[in-house]
Amino acid sequence: MSSAPFRHLTAIGVPLLRDNVDTDAIIPSREMKSVSKHGLSDGLFAGWRYTEVGGRTPDGGFILNQAGFAVGQILVSGANFGCGSSREHAAWALAEYGFRAILASSFNPIFRGNCVRNGIVPVELPQDVVAGLAAFLLEGGGTREVTVDLENNCVSCALGEWRFALEEESRQMLLEGLDAIDLTLRAQDRIAAFRDHDRVRRAWAYL
Amino acid sequence: MAGSTLFDKLWDLHAIDDLGDGTGLLLIDRILLHERTGSVALESLRDAGRPVRAPKHVFVTMDHIVDTLPGRGDATIMPTGTQFIQATRAAAQEAGLTLFDVRDPRQGIVHVISPEQGIVLPGLTLVCPDSHSCTQGALGALAWGIGSTEAEHALATSTLRVRKPRTMRVRIDGALAAGVTAKDLALHLVARLGSAGASGHHVEFAGSAVTALDIEGRLTLCNMATEMAAFSAIVAPDEKTIAYLEGRSYAPKGAAWDAAVAFWRTLATDADAVFDREHLIDAADVAPMVSWGTSPQQSVPLGAAVPGFDGDAGHGTQAAHDRALDYMAVAEGQPLGALPIDAAFIGSCTNARLSDLRRAAAILKGRHVAPGVKAICVPGSTQVKAQAEAEGLDRIFREAGFEWREAGCSMCFFAGGESFGHRQRVVTSTNRNFESRQGPETRSHLASPETVAASAIAGHLVDPREFAQ
Ligand code: SF4
Repeated sequence: MSSAPFRHLTAIGVPLLRDNVDTDAIIPSREMKSVSKHGLSDGLFAGWRYTEVGGRTPDGGFILNQAGFAVGQILVSGANFGCGSSREHAAWALAEYGFRAILASSFNPIFRGNCVRNGIVPVELPQDVVAGLAAFLLEGGGTREVTVDLENNCVSCALGEWRFALEEESRQMLLEGLDAIDLTLRAQDRIAAFRDHDRVRRAWAYL
Repeated sequence: MAGSTLFDKLWDLHAIDDLGDGTGLLLIDRILLHERTGSVALESLRDAGRPVRAPKHVFVTMDHIVDTLPGRGDATIMPTGTQFIQATRAAAQEAGLTLFDVRDPRQGIVHVISPEQGIVLPGLTLVCPDSHSCTQGALGALAWGIGSTEAEHALATSTLRVRKPRTMRVRIDGALAAGVTAKDLALHLVARLGSAGASGHHVEFAGSAVTALDIEGRLTLCNMATEMAAFSAIVAPDEKTIAYLEGRSYAPKGAAWDAAVAFWRTLATDADAVFDREHLIDAADVAPMVSWGTSPQQSVPLGAAVPGFDGDAGHGTQAAHDRALDYMAVAEGQPLGALPIDAAFIGSCTNARLSDLRRAAAILKGRHVAPGVKAICVPGSTQVKAQAEAEGLDRIFREAGFEWREAGCSMCFFAGGESFGHRQRVVTSTNRNFESRQGPETRSHLASPETVAASAIAGHLVDPREFAQ
């Protein structure tokens, strides 16, 4: 799925400062009901967001249920974010809810790849920075914004400014709103030429 | 310079571009889909307005969610299962893909029907959003399991961006003893190498014990490579492979067949090729096996007792070992041979082909399952079922007290539908014994179809050689 290009975004930051937020917490398997990638945002963080399993009564204690934070688009969390099952539904649910960037001290590698594929910028920052930022956002009660500038690889807010690294291919995909399919399709001519050549030596494979 | 492995040759043959970082852009020759994961990929592709690049080379089957009860249709025991079936059908038809629908005589488990229909061929790349796609390497293809976004990529471009795995050869020399099967060999290997033993590697199975296996045995062996975390597995094609494929629906015909065969005969690892890792196994060491725990690596010969933790990090941890004992309700030192069972299951992409059913029937003939044992046989494909019925195997199964089902994955895994039930102890010809794999809190013991048949009769786990007739 191609996403909207991401150059820079200033939006409300949502602090969820826990380590090892796993994909089952992001989207419980019971919430993955249909054949589609869509309709998952309701189940995002369902185990924490609602008072009972399968229910839809908001748990007032959960950050996304607090005024201001509900419209946040930048999530701030702890170490090893997105661990556990490799289900891509976790990234789909976050993207559909509206998150466009996740700031964490580390990510599970598969989840990180899924973020990039789905238009979410995974930003790795030192633990103390993430902790400071989360405290600052919590204090603001859903009024404080953060800027993620992907053109300059930097995150900023009233508290300060930090640089981050992202491998170039992922960065380009996010900047241009491309997914891996788009990138591959850019090499379409090369693929066609390869097939023409291959069709001669392996004609039987093309029947 | 050292020669090349078969894997390297197939990789080079399909490598369109080097994307750097150990990743290549590979040409994908065939794509298989099933209703559980294929529907998501097809719908998402359609929503993005992207056509399927080569619809002629995409095949879709209904196997995972479809019921296996006689007289089945689109209705499923699994809640919302019908949606998956109907969405897959609609998306496959719209994209112009070949569909083996619920009532099609070619329907069956994806890894059973692909060889059966001659879809997988030596020297092809083949992918499917299913972790047991490695099964199909038994025909000399580069076949591996992918995720849902990768499936979309393959469908839209007929290519994949793939990180190149390392190579491992598992050479098994010598002869398997009478009554020891490919499944026992597979369980032996997983137990020995561990559930992460082939992680990041492409595995070539070689040696005299492998070439001695028939194609169905090789499929069983390659099927379980994913239980060692392999990227995939392969057996180099030989005259058996060629004889197996000749005349199958999607295999080339006439002059194209001759050209293909000439090409396939060149597909082998060079004598001086070097693998990143190599294991040597003596086939004579393999006995009929059964799993005792909740990972396929927790398997021992049927005559053995439940072992203690061997302290080998490759075999997990003491805590995982203890948890497995607890979940399976077995104790260290307890002989497995006498453990009573509640149910017996013959089915799955590991062991539900015609030769599997024949060997199980040879044990069941003229006998009856023990009182109280629920016994089920689910052929791997509708064609296997028809062939078995033509030989009268269904009668043998039924007279022995087995249910005889329609083809599909059935109770190999629990999708929210049918299951063996809470804490039921099942001896099963499938490939995974994870917690709740066959239903909430079921206890699965993996074994060969012979062992399943013999245990069903005995009412407890038993070495099938005691029941040979
Ligand atoms: S039979 Fe079992 S292991 Fe094989 S494809 Fe079906 S569910 Fe997966």
